[in-house]
Amino acid sequence: MSFDPIAQGLSLLNRFAGAEWVHKYGVYDTAQKVAYNGSREGFKVAAAVARQFKAVKKLASPSRLPTADRAAGLFDLSLTDEQSMVRDMAQRFSREIVREAAEASEKECKAPEDFAESFAELGLAQFAVPESLGGAAAESWEVTQALVCEDMAHGDMGLAVAALTPVGVANALARWGSADQQARYLPEFAGDNPPAATVAVNERAPAFDPFALKTRATVGGDGYLINGEKTMVPLIDGAELFLVAAELVGSGPVLFLLEAGTEGLSLELEATMGARAGRFGTLKLDNVQVPQSALLGEEVGAVDYKEFIDRSHLAWAGLAVGTCQAVLDYVKEYCNERVAFGEPISHRQAVAFMIANIAIELEGMRLLLWRAASRAEAGKDFHREAYLAHVLCLEKGMEIGTNGVQLLGGHGFTKEHPVERWYRDLMAIGVMHGGPLL
Amino acid sequence: MYLETPKKFIPLVEQAHRVAQEVFRPISRKYDLAEHEYPRELDLLASLMDGMNEGGEISAGAGKLKREDRKKDGGVRNGSNLSTVLGLAELCWGDVGLALTIPRQGLGNSAIAAVANEEQLKKFDRCWAAMAITEPASGSDSASISATAIPDGDHYVLNGEKIFVTAGDRANVVVVWASVDPSAGRAAIKSFVVEKGTPGMRLERLEHKLGIKASDTATLIFEDCRVPKENLLGSPEVQTEKGFGGVMQTFDNTRPVVAAMALGVGRASLERTRALFKKAGTDANYEGSYFNVSAVEAELYKMEADLEAARLLTVRAAWLADNGIPNSMEASMAKAKAGRVANHITLRCVHLCATMGYTETELLEKWSRDSKILDIFEGTQQIQLLVVARRLLNKSSKDLK
Repeated sequence: MSFDPIAQGLSLLNRFAGAEWVHKYGVYDTAQKVAYNGSREGFKVAAAVARQFKAVKKLASPSRLPTADRAAGLFDLSLTDEQSMVRDMAQRFSREIVREAAEASEKECKAPEDFAESFAELGLAQFAVPESLGGAAAESWEVTQALVCEDMAHGDMGLAVAALTPVGVANALARWGSADQQARYLPEFAGDNPPAATVAVNERAPAFDPFALKTRATVGGDGYLINGEKTMVPLIDGAELFLVAAELVGSGPVLFLLEAGTEGLSLELEATMGARAGRFGTLKLDNVQVPQSALLGEEVGAVDYKEFIDRSHLAWAGLAVGTCQAVLDYVKEYCNERVAFGEPISHRQAVAFMIANIAIELEGMRLLLWRAASRAEAGKDFHREAYLAHVLCLEKGMEIGTNGVQLLGGHGFTKEHPVERWYRDLMAIGVMHGGPLL
Repeated sequence: MYLETPKKFIPLVEQAHRVAQEVFRPISRKYDLAEHEYPRELDLLASLMDGMNEGGEISAGAGKLKREDRKKDGGVRNGSNLSTVLGLAELCWGDVGLALTIPRQGLGNSAIAAVANEEQLKKFDRCWAAMAITEPASGSDSASISATAIPDGDHYVLNGEKIFVTAGDRANVVVVWASVDPSAGRAAIKSFVVEKGTPGMRLERLEHKLGIKASDTATLIFEDCRVPKENLLGSPEVQTEKGFGGVMQTFDNTRPVVAAMALGVGRASLERTRALFKKAGTDANYEGSYFNVSAVEAELYKMEADLEAARLLTVRAAWLADNGIPNSMEASMAKAKAGRVANHITLRCVHLCATMGYTETELLEKWSRDSKILDIFEGTQQIQLLVVARRLLNKSSKDLK
């Protein structure tokens, strides 16, 4: 290859500019650069953590939450007292903690140090854990969770992912875990210091299909041998427990519970376009040998994998609704204040109609989400409803994200306003499978 | 939270669906081709529906909409707004034009049900009421109508021209909007029930239209037409803004009803299209991830998701009305979404079904013509967006024009 002086010069200039940038904005961004670009130095071992999961008590049979059929058979959009209470709490937390931390967390691609702890103080995960295992769950609570997804994402989608992904693992355990798995893991989720747990579904493939996994498990040893690579796994480097989707050769997709420190697991941080506080990364499984007890449900067929995917899509639909609500609240205020041609720009139909359409599509997204969640909670089939809610939320979420920036014009394109962040966040809906799940 | 069809209305929905299937569909093409011909088949149906209406809350037409007060025990009510929306969506799955011309189920009936006093309710109990608002020079801007109703003794004297009066020839009474004092602005606009045959009222012509041809659309002329004072709906006082607002409130009830019509025709197209594709080997069964299914399947899912959003927005607006909760914005949201979605779906289904969609052997091309009006009457798409935007942004009609 011949020497190209211009290319060399540009490359130098580029590095210099980079250095200037770092210099100007200080150590904070340096740290970020090191954390993110520097992370390309390769995979590191998913280190074992201090926590030892062990069953405190034994369950004779798995504890399942009864369905919550509150229907008097009348169409009813109102919330129960309990739902309103939880929602109120989540909204306050979102306003005071999540939104405040949003900007810094996304720069660092990490929730603040004490974030998981303050979220745990809300005690939400207790609603996922049956009373017999130290939790407070008396019945299914998908509607409540959908509302919490909305409210948390109203503060910040990335932080919502960080907070809610472990709850999702607890949900999966409550729904499909065997008696031993529930006894081993679930009491921890109800405690003061719930484990950082995460869900790994995605793989690096265009038009990735969660039903056609390349991560493979084969029957071998006393259990299974797993190989593959999962991308966009939330909470990648702090996770103590991974719920991993893999194709069990000959059977179809299954889920495995892998504790950090399991031999053959390694991970790498991975910068994403948005929802960055979710701290995404790649999980590599290199000849991971696990016992039968690592298979969620401990039996092939114990987990309804399609329903698992639906439940994760619903959580993402909830995150979309909350983020879109944030966009709507923001552009309403901005367009009422921003003056052009002698009056607020909201006095122009071209602007006002865009805002009206955001509200209309957002309400549609919300109602589809609520219908699917309420069917799930009542124990009805909800596959079609979840499918449609996901389609609508990914399409309209993208539309609302881009219109949110558009309404602020050039200002929307800068980091002075959060709309560009929501623009990036909302693209995750069409990409993500796994992470939080109802 | 329960977002399913209320159990008590399931029989009504099934009944309306049977009517759509057995009465409307077989004569759908016939009256699309024979515009202005009266669909006699509906007389029998109308009597049947009168019977249904007397059964209480159950109603399948637009006749019995009522604004309810909030329930005192804090409980939830599923009433006439909801049942109407559910029933009408089914009927319009059969045929929008025919649903619009069911005797005694006109939009004027809703206006009467919404604002009439006890005496008027009794007097017009068995009537078929059309609604006459629009004028040649006044469409969306209904506050600018120029028809007048000047008090004279025991009567109001009506003068003016009304266009786009649905069932204006077939109905036996017409609810006419006119000003009792043209100098007093919109507050002076009142609605009057004018009985057919009243001297001074005449039919000028019937429109030839793009769709809903089974439903006649009349131009009515009023020349010194004397209407008894007791036929005025609502308060005769010319108050400030409030008076006109009261008239406009009718729309909070009727917009979800028109939205429901859109849901019906939209679903008809989508279901037929799905069936045709299934026969041809493409079964849209919600299997496979969205970005891996065929373009046709993805399009079907997207349309169904939009239709479902429109449906729930509509049911919500009706539910709010049933429970005495203000629903102006929600009613307009429902109408805006349902109107545009139904129009889009019916048109796109013609594309998807190719020549089967475009030729008259199927009803798809008809539905795509019928649907257009649903994004126009009872407030165009743009008017709905205005209503929504003003509410959201807290703007008056002076600020946000």
